[in-house]
Amino acid sequence: MVTAPLLDARTAAEGVVDPEMPMLTLADLGVLRGVDTAGDGTVVVTITPTYSGCPALDEMRADLRRKLHAAGHERVEVRTTFSPPWSTDWISDAGRRKLAEAGVAPPDRLGPRPAGGPVPLTLVAPSRAVACPRCGAPDTEETSRFGPTACTALRRCRSCAEPFEHVKEI
Amino acid sequence: MHSHDDTNPAEHDDNVYDALATADDDGRWAFGTGFDAGTAEIDAPAPEGVDRDDLAAYCLMLADDALIASQRLAGWTAKAPELEEDVALANIALDLLGQARVLLSRAGHLGAAEPFRAGPWDAQRSGAGRLRQDDEDVLTYFRDDRAFRNVTLVETDLGDFGRTIAWILLLSSWRLALMQRLTASRDPVIAAVAGKAVKELTYHRDYAAQWTLRLGDGTELSHARMQAGLDAVWPFVEELFLPHDVERRLADVGVAVDPAELRAEVDAVLEQVLPVATLTRPERPAVGLVGGQRHRRSWGGRDGVHTESLGTVLAVMQSLARAHPEATW
Repeated sequence: MVTAPLLDARTAAEGVVDPEMPMLTLADLGVLRGVDTAGDGTVVVTITPTYSGCPALDEMRADLRRKLHAAGHERVEVRTTFSPPWSTDWISDAGRRKLAEAGVAPPDRLGPRPAGGPVPLTLVAPSRAVACPRCGAPDTEETSRFGPTACTALRRCRSCAEPFEHVKEI
Repeated sequence: MHSHDDTNPAEHDDNVYDALATADDDGRWAFGTGFDAGTAEIDAPAPEGVDRDDLAAYCLMLADDALIASQRLAGWTAKAPELEEDVALANIALDLLGQARVLLSRAGHLGAAEPFRAGPWDAQRSGAGRLRQDDEDVLTYFRDDRAFRNVTLVETDLGDFGRTIAWILLLSSWRLALMQRLTASRDPVIAAVAGKAVKELTYHRDYAAQWTLRLGDGTELSHARMQAGLDAVWPFVEELFLPHDVERRLADVGVAVDPAELRAEVDAVLEQVLPVATLTRPERPAVGLVGGQRHRRSWGGRDGVHTESLGTVLAVMQSLARAHPEATW
């Protein structure tokens, strides 16, 4: 027996949250590449990982399947694509706002990167102006380039002394 | 990939273990996480005019470099000098593992895993209807040392933190130069992995370069240990630039890169970093390469000829999966 879906597939898929940064939906994070319905009614969702080894990918797949089943879509296929590679520029404006509200400094927008030629090595860590998401002070320092998840770095505010996470630009 | 139709853990706030206990009916193999199914690029055919076995072998080379390096780095977990470094090394290991998994799946799609499914540990032989292990898992857990194609640098003992930093500096400088060129590979999987890897490796190289400066231009002791670390890994560097026949053939058809092309770029990084770090570029002969044969590979990991260190790495990585070949959870 076929019943009408409770929620259209795109809306359901867009509402799934990131397992490691649950203040963001997969749409906010920019990892949702497509939601299509195949000829036989199967919902095909395409996602892309943030980092090659992102351990959250399996959870995202499971969550998408659960959410879509709950929304009345019986046949769901989650596909992964790597190209074009995700970058932090894919995080939406709404996503950046939600990160800041949750105390996580959003990444800068890098814009298009020049193609070709060796990737330059900078021996001095680029001093990005990352404002403290808690007190707003501009004077913050990086304590570790690598944080609790693949996509975050650790920083500390020199003004309010609070540590915070920063979604690092890639 | 096995379906995962448990209820939402968020609805079980009272006891998170409920969510685990109600997981799949069909069980997951304890050592695998399932990746190859449902990945768009992996199923693509080999590009026209490209030998399928060569392409599989090349994917294994790129995958094994990352897999074994990742396993080595994971050995630092919970042992690094500071918590931040522990997290950093584990992050680098995770990025490399991610690169390896896609490439192993690609190699498996091209047939590389089939010869290794027939071992006594193969789950399919003993139980009807048991899980079919994914290609990436078969290639990781059930190949013996001679079947691994990684360069020997990645299997070497990481020693102390100084040697580890020298190892990451050389490995990431080389792999970054390689991956940047491979973004133009005619193989869609290699190109896609490279596109992500370039961003990740840029962070790895920055991390290593900054620690090289701090240790090299630090105290007398840190300088001595950083120099000793660089000296220790140096004999394994020459191999990075020696092309294997598979690499040469695939470079000719626009899939691979001849690693000899990478030397200048790696040298430029070293010339930038070492003087500022007050370190001396070592002058030590390459391991296993006979003098006068510098342009001919007589020995090396790409041919499956490894140092004894690989045995240690594989023992740690594979023994549990082999001891419990049908374990599920």
